[in-house]
Amino acid sequence: MRTFRGGPILLRWLLSCFLITTIHAAGAAAVDAEAQQITLSLATEPPTLNSLRSTDQISSFVLSHVMEGLMRYDARGDLVGGVAERWELREDGATFWLRDDARWSDGRPVTAADFVFAWRRALEPTTASQYAFILYPIANAEAVNRGEKPLDALGVQALGAHRLEVQFARPTTYFLSLTAFMTYYPIREDFFRAQGERYAADAHNLLFNGPFTLSRWVHSAHLTLSKNPEYWGRGEIALQTIDLPYITSDPSATFNLFKNGDIAMAALDVETLDDALERGYPIHQFQSGSLFFLSFNFREGRLTGNYHLRKAIQYALDPDVLVNQVIGLPGVQPGRSLFPRTVRALDGRFRDHFPAPLLRPDLDKAQWHLQQALGELGLKQIPPLVFLTGEHPRAGREAEYVQYVLRQALGIDLKIDRQTFKQRIERMSRGDFDIVSAAWGPDFDDAITFGDLFSSWNENNRGLYRNPEYDRWVRVAMESGDDAVRMNAMAELQRIVVEDVPILPLYESAMLYVTHPRLLGLERSIFGGDPVLRYVRIRD
Amino acid sequence: MLRFVAKRLLSGAITIWFIATATFFAMHAVPGDPLSDEMAVNPEIRRNLEIRYGFDKPLMTQYAVFMGNILRGDFGISFTQQNRRVNDIIRAHFPVSAILGVLALLIAAIGGVVWGALTARYRERWPDYVITLLVMLAISVPSFVFAALAQWLVVGLNAWAGHTVLPVAGWGSPAHMVMPALVLGLGTMAYITRLTRSSMLEVASQDFMTTARAKGLSETRVFFRHQLRNALLPVVTILGPAVAAITTGGFVVELIFAIPGLGRYFVQAVQQLDYTVIMGTTVFYGAFLVIMVLLVDLLYGLLDPRIRLR
Repeated sequence: MRTFRGGPILLRWLLSCFLITTIHAAGAAAVDAEAQQITLSLATEPPTLNSLRSTDQISSFVLSHVMEGLMRYDARGDLVGGVAERWELREDGATFWLRDDARWSDGRPVTAADFVFAWRRALEPTTASQYAFILYPIANAEAVNRGEKPLDALGVQALGAHRLEVQFARPTTYFLSLTAFMTYYPIREDFFRAQGERYAADAHNLLFNGPFTLSRWVHSAHLTLSKNPEYWGRGEIALQTIDLPYITSDPSATFNLFKNGDIAMAALDVETLDDALERGYPIHQFQSGSLFFLSFNFREGRLTGNYHLRKAIQYALDPDVLVNQVIGLPGVQPGRSLFPRTVRALDGRFRDHFPAPLLRPDLDKAQWHLQQALGELGLKQIPPLVFLTGEHPRAGREAEYVQYVLRQALGIDLKIDRQTFKQRIERMSRGDFDIVSAAWGPDFDDAITFGDLFSSWNENNRGLYRNPEYDRWVRVAMESGDDAVRMNAMAELQRIVVEDVPILPLYESAMLYVTHPRLLGLERSIFGGDPVLRYVRIRD
Repeated sequence: MLRFVAKRLLSGAITIWFIATATFFAMHAVPGDPLSDEMAVNPEIRRNLEIRYGFDKPLMTQYAVFMGNILRGDFGISFTQQNRRVNDIIRAHFPVSAILGVLALLIAAIGGVVWGALTARYRERWPDYVITLLVMLAISVPSFVFAALAQWLVVGLNAWAGHTVLPVAGWGSPAHMVMPALVLGLGTMAYITRLTRSSMLEVASQDFMTTARAKGLSETRVFFRHQLRNALLPVVTILGPAVAAITTGGFVVELIFAIPGLGRYFVQAVQQLDYTVIMGTTVFYGAFLVIMVLLVDLLYGLLDPRIRLR
């Protein structure tokens, strides 16, 4: 029998390898009342903080805290003056009088010329701004964007340092809401030109006029926003620092950071919600105002162009069941209309003024429509339909539910085509589907942001739905200067969507989240950057 | 020796050119492009974007421009990170992945050799069985499960200790590296353990082992000088590819632990079809891999005098 003298040595070696001396990391706490500091995580690195080209929610969140447009949203989500102190809205244009005390972070005044410069830049073809269209209500904007007219043809002029004149291409009753959007933020020409291609590449390549400044930007790692001492409204800002040292889109990682006391807020998904409930955390809810829907393909040769087939599917699917039993996230509302419940109109909610037509699922009616469809199409049975959807787990569950219902109620087979982001977009634009799962979030506070989606000229009408009656009402809603007339037109659009089923609304999104108990005044925003930290105060 | 290195560098350059060309045409063959987004844009805006990024030119022209820029060491500007040069992205984020990767590799190599040596030493006795079981677990369970589990354990540990023993996520201090490096190195450690075990057992039956014992060397000396040293050659062989696998495979770990590494860019660029970042990271990692394999070949010569580099 040999003795293993090597054994103990090996074990000792092993132990020393795995003895890890832990170094104490002094991470900042989630909230700090004395310093009035808050720590949060970001889902992704902001793709670009150049307000002319930003399109995403993360950039919008950061920009809305370091920049300010003519108008902004207050704590209740109502429009109030930002850089503009006074304004006058007419059918043919608008006038804005700017605050004397609005300043850039280098101390120089924000002037009307800064808006003229930014808006022209956004429309300049070489800027290639995806959101250029949001400026199209301004006279000549579309022609400038196409390169057919010079920049100075744009209908906006600076009359002195503090007065801005805007001419409209058509009456735009919701123009004030547009000026709160990031593409409308001011940019100062001398600073912009001095940065050249580096504009907005790093924190020091940006100039700010909002309640905070971006004081640190370590890409993909760490952003810090500090209170802007030059901001005109600095008196009402309690928060000194917004620290963003974690960048991850993983919901469980975010929730782990929250549990550990590292961040002051975390969004919940179905899995982390259970954990949060078990721990007795108060759960907050936010109706985020996006509509999720099924879009039918109306291209030549697609069966979904058949009215009765769409009606059969409409009567078979029950958004209530989908929301309660499949999605299972409290706060998510069943879809009943093209216009989510959050859409506002005429000093109230659109849906309070114009309730969505109630359509109950009815299997008999579904069967009747199916028989009509088979007769019209000259088929014995509907061949399998292609259902295009994304990679998100929720998209998978939703697709399986639709597949199950169509199989059970109508005997229709659904081929689920799950695609990665870019491939799904490509198939959507090419029309490579019968039914596609899609979503739309509003950019500004007017029902038209949903209403014109399925007009024959809208690029986001992916199913190529063509209905002259729908187009006619969209024109009324776009061209009238009278909000009562416009909203009546929207109600017609709402009716057509339920009757003719170009799309099938499934649900309206909601977010659940937890916050630190000492965090006061956190607001959520559908249109501006979200969340809103302007009103936050840390309690002792 | 010098001629060997020069020859290998030349073949490496050809390899990289091939990688770049294949990647370029493969990514253009994938449906969609960097400009398409959830929100469709009107034809005018679309045309402005195409002109800005040179997509209005023929594919071969774009290829020539790409190649010309790569030769000058310029990978261009990212599509998704609109103001950032790909060179800056690599420069800023590769060091993070590299530090994490080196740590993970150290853990993997040291751990793997130790565990492997242990299993070989105590073959078919309980340490062998226990470690082999753990190795099978580490190989078959995907890293996102381990990452989530590790993070969950850290939260529990901190709650139990009443203060932050280990940070849950983030980057900046050595403490931030412990868990991610462990999780990242786990799979490779398991692989090296198995490799070490089988190669140790193979060496054990060699004649020189008997000779060594016959000369009256101590068991410890035989084990370390003869068995372990000779068994390490295959382990060194996989170190080159393992460096590349670990530094590029950190996507999940980087996401869950909120680490600003290049692995996230590497994967997200493909999802977003960010052409310039795909090209930049692929060519960069390709070159990195070529150099690592070359280094391993040079290392052979040091470890085994029988191998001559020609």
